[in-house]
Amino acid sequence: MSRLKNLFQKKLAEKKSVLNIYFTAGFPKFESTLEVMHALQDNGSDIIEVGIPYSDPLADGPVIQASSAIALKNGMTIKNLFEQLKDFRKQINLPVILMGYLNPVLQYGFEKFCSDAAEVGVDGLIIPDLPEYEFESEYQSIIKKFGLDFIFLITPETSEERILKLDSLSDGFLYAVSSTSTTGSENKTSNIGLYLKRLRNFNLKNPLLVGFGIKDKSTYELACDFADGAIIGSAYIQALNSNCDTNVSTKLFLKGIRD
Amino acid sequence: MFPNKYFEPDEKGYYGKFGGAYIPEMLYKNVEELRVEYLKIIENVAFQNEYQNLLKDYAGRATPLFFAKRLSQKYSVNIYLKREDLCHTGAHKINNTIGQILLAIKLGKKRIIAETGAGQHGVATATVCALKGLDCIVFMGEKDIKRQAPNVARMRMLGAKVIPASSGSKTLKDATNEAIRYWINNSVDTHYIIGSVVGPHPYPDIVTRFQSVISLEIKWQLKEKIKTELPDYVIACVGGGSNAAGAFYHFLDVNSVQLIAVEAAGLGVDTDFSAATTQLGTIGILHGSKSLLMQTKDGQVIEPHSISAGLDYPGIGPLHAHLFETGRAKYLSATDDEAIAAAFELAKLEGIIPALESAHALHALKLLKFKPSDNVIICLSGRGDKDLSTYMKKMEE
Repeated sequence: MSRLKNLFQKKLAEKKSVLNIYFTAGFPKFESTLEVMHALQDNGSDIIEVGIPYSDPLADGPVIQASSAIALKNGMTIKNLFEQLKDFRKQINLPVILMGYLNPVLQYGFEKFCSDAAEVGVDGLIIPDLPEYEFESEYQSIIKKFGLDFIFLITPETSEERILKLDSLSDGFLYAVSSTSTTGSENKTSNIGLYLKRLRNFNLKNPLLVGFGIKDKSTYELACDFADGAIIGSAYIQALNSNCDTNVSTKLFLKGIRD
Repeated sequence: MFPNKYFEPDEKGYYGKFGGAYIPEMLYKNVEELRVEYLKIIENVAFQNEYQNLLKDYAGRATPLFFAKRLSQKYSVNIYLKREDLCHTGAHKINNTIGQILLAIKLGKKRIIAETGAGQHGVATATVCALKGLDCIVFMGEKDIKRQAPNVARMRMLGAKVIPASSGSKTLKDATNEAIRYWINNSVDTHYIIGSVVGPHPYPDIVTRFQSVISLEIKWQLKEKIKTELPDYVIACVGGGSNAAGAFYHFLDVNSVQLIAVEAAGLGVDTDFSAATTQLGTIGILHGSKSLLMQTKDGQVIEPHSISAGLDYPGIGPLHAHLFETGRAKYLSATDDEAIAAAFELAKLEGIIPALESAHALHALKLLKFKPSDNVIICLSGRGDKDLSTYMKKMEE
């Protein structure tokens, strides 16, 4: 059974929420990647989402844009990332997913990317600008071949028919964007309940994690009231921006969310 | 009316292997709505009537096809200038913005956003928003705001809000990123008027169709003048490629018409300061479509350079990538200096000050070997007022 499936089964049985934390590989320093992953595992994240920096991250707000620009300046590339991740499974047992835009992945070679990801022990992929039409016609079979989970995004504007389709194509979990926005935006989380309740009625095959605009205890809990857990990105990147030691800032941040 | 069987996008927006709609889910609903509706709307008779009336009475079409006698003598060939610079607002951009504002109104949108490089598309968008009473926000690179100040002032006078894009190279690519991000955050009531034949399907096709009036007019105007509607050459500059797409459109299936696109070489294609995408680019994805793209081997987009803000873009529309790959059109380039020289030559020989963008197209006259009997159309996409400060600097040197 996949690590993601395992995790959700366990957490659902315990009636606990799942917390997925995003960070940008190679940020704040080139060699931060593994340090951050360790800190996330040690301080209670359930899933680690590793962002691959890109020069033109369309779905991201200013915080992740800035972290991507710094990571690129630090020299982070897909090749370097896989180099850094080579032996991470010796120490990290949490599910790990890679989030990146399609263009750098295509230049690396899509099949090679999937093959290398699977080889180092990555569990799943999020590629927000890979639409389902292209996914089905060209990429799904490659992703499956290497046993990776692929996670689609849905938004409050996504139709029921399409939600069901994207759910059927996804494995691991379904990523519910809290409002139609870029990452880290101040959104109207007040409507989130209605939207997530509606999703509940669709009998989705995948667990549901809510992302975008989840930044603190109250937004996290609101999301968890209606979904299986939540994803935090920009707020954690901001926490990493402080001059504290990675482990200390991660500990403080996660304590603030979960305690 | 649209006869190009080899160069129409398929249902998913592909021209050969280029195109598509690589967009995050947050934009799906808007882009899908456009995809399903755009042909129905723009092929509707009432829509076409209103569009054609505005092109005529508001934009000032048909624009003249001018036989440039002294330029023709100099290059020993028959040169006709398609005077898009005489359109209202000073460039071909208004052909598209008039069409798209009518489309936006049909879709029930209340607010318009646009990106702009040289400011011509921004001005053309602000203009039609004022005409139709819609809110207008234009995203423009910080660097371009500085070098195209008169157009920024025009947009503001027309009531548009100009938002500086301060990420990346602070030019057209980044303005487009910011416009797309704004659209993601305000998708329900906002229509994004893309200014070139780029972006996710159906944008490249929408913009191409609205610009195709250029080649439609060239055909009947040439017939009036020389009894044939087919020239030997059509030459246009290419950044994203909208004026070229419009100037080529009705000749795409006629192989006897040679189609020449001129890219901005910047300081030279062998320097790190260029925007000649077909020479320097590889297949990749930018702003929602698969096309040719200037990028590093790691897939990061390279910041381009051109003296002309309108050509300072690291990609090219998917139709152009397809025309390039199939060899249907030929892609040349002009450096910053060559474009400036061509601008001064046109000013002195014909009394026309071209936009820096269009000056790149004029440089092709030096690169091609013509027969004296050849009829050459050059699309003079815009006028040079906005570039006066660059030209003045040159005169002081």
